[in-house]
Parts: sequence; structure tokens; C-alpha cells
Amino acid sequence: MKISIEKAKQICTKSQYGEATWWELLQLNVYLLFSKECSDFSAKNKKLTSLCERAGLDTLSENEKDDMKKKLKELS
Amino acid sequence: MAAHTLNPDSWVDLYADYLFNYAIARVSDAEIAKDLVQETFFAGLNSAKNYKGDAAERTWLIAILKRKVIDHYRKINSNKGKAEVRINYNASSESEGDWLEEQVADPFSKDGDNTIENEELGLAIEDCISKLPKKQSLVFKMKTIQGMSTEDICNELGINPSNLWVMIHRARTSLMGCMNQTWF
Repeated sequence: MKISIEKAKQICTKSQYGEATWWELLQLNVYLLFSKECSDFSAKNKKLTSLCERAGLDTLSENEKDDMKKKLKELS
Repeated sequence: MAAHTLNPDSWVDLYADYLFNYAIARVSDAEIAKDLVQETFFAGLNSAKNYKGDAAERTWLIAILKRKVIDHYRKINSNKGKAEVRINYNASSESEGDWLEEQVADPFSKDGDNTIENEELGLAIEDCISKLPKKQSLVFKMKTIQGMSTEDICNELGINPSNLWVMIHRARTSLMGCMNQTWF
């Protein structure tokens, strides 16, 4: 049941994507009860998720980037 | 001596997403935004000899992109100039003066402020992402921005789920540190 703080933080990150298992969530929740460092990290992690959602970020796919690189190379 | 130098070979990796987000916030169309970014890189390459090194590379590219966005709107406006609708506020004496109130921004509307703040936020996140190691940045974007499944990312990059979560965790920890002072 006992996990390291680094492992707890990693589970916290995984839970931001809804991909932590119930066992991992149980381990995390127990950890959060006793570790202020971990609960601070968890709060920040949640905030980062909400900031990313709010920002509505877009990204170019790797194919689109490769295409851009190719065209730039042709020009140079 | 110039403080900055240009490295066109790394432009796409370093700045494409940042410029893309900057452009998409202004033209609201992913295809047009992508074209503007490509044109920005072309223009940058063509005028590289004029770069004095006073501004950082990204600032210089943003300045080019701004001009591309303006050119884009000029082109649109010249195309649809004939269809422009003009409203005559003096048509009726009863409604005289109404236009003044109609022109004033709604003080209860937060839409404009939110849009600007979200754009700043997006560029701040993009700026922090660009400081991550390349693979971390790639995995973070695929998972968080593109919303790809863990399995697909692992297959595409030839990594296992444990590696993926370690990379995403490190990326998020770095992003929290990078954005801490302004946004948390």
C-alpha cells in the first residue's frame, strides 16, 4: 500500500487524464490525507488541467510540421 | 555585435505551434492559420539577410506573422468590399442618438476580456511547452492537446505506457514551475 511521493505524484498526473486505476486512486487518496506536499502538487496539477482547457490550445500535427520543414528546405 | 542569431532549421520545431496559436486566435480558422505560419517562415527566410539580431528570433517571426495577418484581412476585405453593408443611423429622427448607446461596449460583457486573457494564457503555456525537452513536449501535446489515447501514442512513438506517464509527469511538473508566478 505504501508508495513513494514521486509515485503518488505520478498517479496524480495520470488521474488528470482519467487513466488512474481504482487501486492507484485509493493509494493516492490515502497519500493525500497525510502529505501536504502531495496535496499541494495535486491542487496545482488540477489547476494546470483547467488552464490548458481554458486556453483551448491547438497544435500542428507532426505530418504538418514535416511538410512545413520540407517546403522550407526546398526554398532555402 | 548581434545578440541573437537565426536558425531556420529549427523554426518549425521551436515556433510552429506558438505561431499557429497566435494566428488561430486572430483568424479563427486552422487551415488559414497554418498557411499564415508557413508564409511567415518563407518570408523570414527571404528576409533573413535583413535580420540585425536586436530582437529574439521568435519576436522577429511574430512581427512577420502580424503583417501576414493584416495582409490576410486586407485581402478578404478587398474581395468582399462590394458586398459591404453600411448602416445609416440618421435615417429616422426618432432614433437620433441611439447609435451612441449601441456603440458603447456592454460593461457587463466579459467576453472580450476573457478572449484576450485566454489568448495570453495559451501563448504562455505554449512558451513553457517550447522549453521542454523535445520528446516530453511531443508526448504532452499528443496527450493533452490532441487528446490521443495512451495506446496510440505508445504505438506511434515506440514507448511503453510507463515511459509515457513518466514523460507526461515530468512535462507537467516543469510546466507548473514555468507558469507558477503568473497563473497559479
